[in-house]
Amino acid sequence: MKSMLRSVAVGAIMAVTAMAGAAHAENEQFVWISHGPDSDSWFNVIKNAINVTNEQMGVSTEYRNPPTGDLADMARIVQQASAAGVDGIIVTIADYNVLEGPIKDAVAKGIPVVTVNSGTVEESKQLGALLHVGQPEYEAGLGAGERAKEEGITSFLCVNHYITNPQSVERCRGFADGIGVELGNQMIDSGMDPSEVQNKVKAYLTANADTGAILTLGPNSAEPSIRAVKDMGLDGEIYFGTFDLSPEISAAIKDGTINFAIDQQPFLQGSVPIQVLTAFVRYGVAPSNSVFTGPGFVTKDNIDFVESLAGEFR
Amino acid sequence: MTNAAQAAPDERIKAVSPWRRALIRPELGGICGTILVFILFASIAGDSGMFRAEGIMNWTVVSAQFMIIAVGACLLMIAGEFDLSTGSMIGFSGTVMAILAVHIGWPLWAAIIFTFAFCVAIGALNGWLVIRTGLPSFIVTLAFLYILRGLTIWGSIRFTRQTIIGGVAEKAQGDWLAPVFGGKILTGLFQWMADAGWIATFTRGSRAGQPIIEGIPMLLVWALGLVIFGHWLLTRTKFGNWIFASGGDAQAARYVGVPVNRVKILMFMFSAFCATVFATCQVMEFGSAAADRGLLKEFEAIICVVIGGALLTGGYGSVIGAALGAIIFGVVQQGLFFANAESSLFRVFLGAILLVAVIMNTYIRRIITGER
Repeated sequence: MKSMLRSVAVGAIMAVTAMAGAAHAENEQFVWISHGPDSDSWFNVIKNAINVTNEQMGVSTEYRNPPTGDLADMARIVQQASAAGVDGIIVTIADYNVLEGPIKDAVAKGIPVVTVNSGTVEESKQLGALLHVGQPEYEAGLGAGERAKEEGITSFLCVNHYITNPQSVERCRGFADGIGVELGNQMIDSGMDPSEVQNKVKAYLTANADTGAILTLGPNSAEPSIRAVKDMGLDGEIYFGTFDLSPEISAAIKDGTINFAIDQQPFLQGSVPIQVLTAFVRYGVAPSNSVFTGPGFVTKDNIDFVESLAGEFR
Repeated sequence: MTNAAQAAPDERIKAVSPWRRALIRPELGGICGTILVFILFASIAGDSGMFRAEGIMNWTVVSAQFMIIAVGACLLMIAGEFDLSTGSMIGFSGTVMAILAVHIGWPLWAAIIFTFAFCVAIGALNGWLVIRTGLPSFIVTLAFLYILRGLTIWGSIRFTRQTIIGGVAEKAQGDWLAPVFGGKILTGLFQWMADAGWIATFTRGSRAGQPIIEGIPMLLVWALGLVIFGHWLLTRTKFGNWIFASGGDAQAARYVGVPVNRVKILMFMFSAFCATVFATCQVMEFGSAAADRGLLKEFEAIICVVIGGALLTGGYGSVIGAALGAIIFGVVQQGLFFANAESSLFRVFLGAILLVAVIMNTYIRRIITGER
């Protein structure tokens, strides 16, 4: 018994030292802190972009996230990075209130910060970050809504799979304003579980048969919604727009189920902040304004080029 | 307990050396685990800032959060019941508090007091349902895990059209009760330590010269206070014996006159109280409540308690052990970041620690209770 315990403990120590040793490098240490739970596939492109950029720039950037998506845990990760004295922090402004303290503390310590993905340029400036790299959410939703209005859409369903993040509601609100209707009950909290999302969408479309359009906020809500729409024979019939891209979304654009995808080009969100921080740390230079990585619209016309890279770099 | 001036030793009592008696206690596993974890991280992350003032504060605060809910879970588990609604209760109580204060316009102190009363009442309802229906508490509180989470999301969207409710920080200005949860104490001491050069200070900007650690957050005070209270209740009072008895063998306890139902319902209420303390501290710290706060926290609390040597079947455990379990959890979670390890391996490591701890605790318990 005792010897078994001892060998287990020794094994654990060796495993951790091996893990720690592997990540050891002489170059600049950055952290890329996201709000995505472990179950969110969207951040894969970001992770790939981080790896590519690390090699290009000769730095080492660690991707970190709160396992359950709890933003209070995310704030602790920001505090931890700042306590470890990293050379730079890249962080999403998932919620200004929660992250304000930790980010401002890091800035006050003299750690350069680049905000990314969620949040606005104003928030980024208030936090004292160098710049913001991302897609303004409300404007992206508005642009999508205006596209739908041209098609004569007057009612829609917004499938929200991460309703606990206020930015998600901004997307739906922008879409409603673009069409020129009230959001009201047209947004549903679908949760993350694929079969649940699919059945909730089916239930809504059954109860509201005259719904003109569907807006999904990412692969997690888009992929089950595609299946729901096809099951009900509404593919090509109902106007369908989505945020973000994945292999399945690309295929749906090709077969006409989805009319457009709003691409915020996550590769740039993974890569640009690291380039900015590296230049800033090494030579003291940084761009003087924020970088908008979206909205870019992917439709049938440009899908072929995008498709070869979907899910990996697009 | 025993009379020191006892004459001839009783041959019916097995002779145990005082050294062994001091060593063999429920929290021994937790003590060993804590020492091991510290040695481990001192060796792999010793120079990463983990053991400078700021780093210490980082993992201490995370451990303190686990500690607060672990004390409630520990006493309830010793009383033989589970509470799986802890995590949802954290989200729920924070949201109720924020809606009352920010959107209904109550003064913050009234919102806090009402929320505590309301959530402790839900805890009592949990307990009452378990007692009345005879269903396992696992099932009843699992139902409340969903009910409370659903009410939280519905309520926050219904009242605010958002799932994160900000603006609590403004309401907390000048409130007499808010600092009890969100304030910091001993700020003068830290300023003095910074002036003496013992802890780092901000070097530039508007906060130059201020210490990086402002003070001890009230969260830590609550955590220590609850641990001390829990330990005292369990080991120094008649009620503590009732808790052990209720969880050990409820029927036998009833025969000797222990009010088992009352003990269990009170423990459910205490568990809800701890979750509300956790939520209030978090809401005050971040100035907002959110519908997804506290996800999976009920299992994290149970893990802390089990690492600390408690039995899942009730009747055996220690609050000090649970607190040590919380420290192990917090140090491992934040320490892996400091060690620059792949953070997705955190769960693997945690699972391994859980297994080793339970095996060790079982071994220790057999020695204590003499079971085979």
